[in-house]
Amino acid sequence: MIHPIPNGTRDVLPDEMRELRAITEAMRAVFERRAYGEVWTPTIEFEDVLRRGETGVDPAYRVFDDHGHVMALRPDMTVPIARVVAARYATAEPPLRFSYFAHAYRGVRPHRGQMREFLQAGIELVGAPGPHGTVEALSVLCEALDAVGLKGYRIALGSASLYPALMDTFGVPADVRETLLAALAARDFVRLETQVATHGLDDALVRVPQLRGGREVLDQITGGEADGLSAILADLPEHVSSRVVFDLGLARGLGYYTGAVFDVLDPELGEPLGGGGRYDDLLGRFGRPLPAVGFALHVDRLHLALAGEEAAA
Amino acid sequence: MSSSPTLTIAVPRGALMRDTLDLLDGVGIDTSEVRANDRKLLFGDVGIVTMRPSDVPTYVEAGAADVGITGKDVLTEQDEREVVELLDLGYGPCRMILATVAGEPDPAAEALRRLGVMRVATKYYRIAARYFEATGRQAEIVEVKGSVELAPLTGLVEAIVDLTATGTTLRENGLVIREEIMVSTARLIANPVAHKLKSAAIDTLVARMRGQLPAVPA
Repeated sequence: MIHPIPNGTRDVLPDEMRELRAITEAMRAVFERRAYGEVWTPTIEFEDVLRRGETGVDPAYRVFDDHGHVMALRPDMTVPIARVVAARYATAEPPLRFSYFAHAYRGVRPHRGQMREFLQAGIELVGAPGPHGTVEALSVLCEALDAVGLKGYRIALGSASLYPALMDTFGVPADVRETLLAALAARDFVRLETQVATHGLDDALVRVPQLRGGREVLDQITGGEADGLSAILADLPEHVSSRVVFDLGLARGLGYYTGAVFDVLDPELGEPLGGGGRYDDLLGRFGRPLPAVGFALHVDRLHLALAGEEAAA
Repeated sequence: MSSSPTLTIAVPRGALMRDTLDLLDGVGIDTSEVRANDRKLLFGDVGIVTMRPSDVPTYVEAGAADVGITGKDVLTEQDEREVVELLDLGYGPCRMILATVAGEPDPAAEALRRLGVMRVATKYYRIAARYFEATGRQAEIVEVKGSVELAPLTGLVEAIVDLTATGTTLRENGLVIREEIMVSTARLIANPVAHKLKSAAIDTLVARMRGQLPAVPA
């Protein structure tokens, strides 16, 4: 008998499960050693609590409880942990460190490496401002990826506040800002170039977000964002900084990022293994204003990249 | 770049192929083997893979090709693909249009007025659906795989949404263009991960291609 399962879900059988477990156990040991205590939160939350995060990612699956309240499957773990910090650690002395291995749910087009139900592994560091909080998160990230056994990975580092600051500098009118941000989020540099030319704006608005590469790209920009990225780079241990490539056009999909943002890339996979960044305003929306930084990795994609690296070796 | 290719390039077969190969020659990639071999699909020595234009975003998104060339029409229809759009190459210009059988009144407008909904045949389901939604009209989109021009002539639909370069096929079938939906040209796209990890090679390719364009777009 064939009984269907929902689109975007899948079964994991023992051979695969052993390999996934090896990955998560390796990361768990790193998180534990770095004092990131593991948490569980409910898979379903009240939708208005999830929406309070203003992530830009709407929950894909909703149900009603017996009182008619709308509940939803969480689209990530950052918002639930922000809720936990505000509710359960209301007076605790920061910094607070948490880790998680948890399924999240999104209404994506399912493909290998991105199902609608997917396992995330990550950390949140609450109450440690940038740059030193960011440096710690990136260091834990690289230790976790090393422990998993990945060899060729890179961290693409950028800043969520860089492009808004650039638009301020060049006096982009309010009604054009959304257009430019939308083109950048869609990675459509043709549309970005056309819009910038149409509105007679400075060419730097096209050139800067296409800057990628080593630390030399920071020499091509000035201002607080460049200083912020330089400060992170200066504090990173060598085994971490050697993994960093700058990407000044990096626009992560989630709306809560405020400063440094990063993607984890591996030449063996066509999409990022995960990513993260600073979200200094998110906890304030839950009543405990603290700066924070975190990352989430797709366990399935780590597995795919690992298998790809083994096959290429 | 010609001896050991650092980039795998997805090249569209069909209408965009000749201009694409000319462009690649212009940036120093030897395409003679591709031109001499119509049936072969993969040319490892020069890093070229050939495919239908509508498959290019699929290969580039998955990283099976680092960069690719395809039409803006394809990219618009498949706009959920996670690719970086780098350059408007200018060639292969064509228009996405709404056409109906010639004569007045416009049969599509009549169907909409009297029946509340018009039937529209197309190969571009999403572009068509989005266009009618944006213009506040109710339309039933009929997806066809073959000659779209046939559909209104047989009474299957009142209108078509299709791509046209010269308009000759439309005219020969007694159809007239009623509305223009978008203009399409060839675009250079890249895989988002390759865009970061092979940034030097991709930037070099973009700069050289830009140098080959007849007139720099404003």
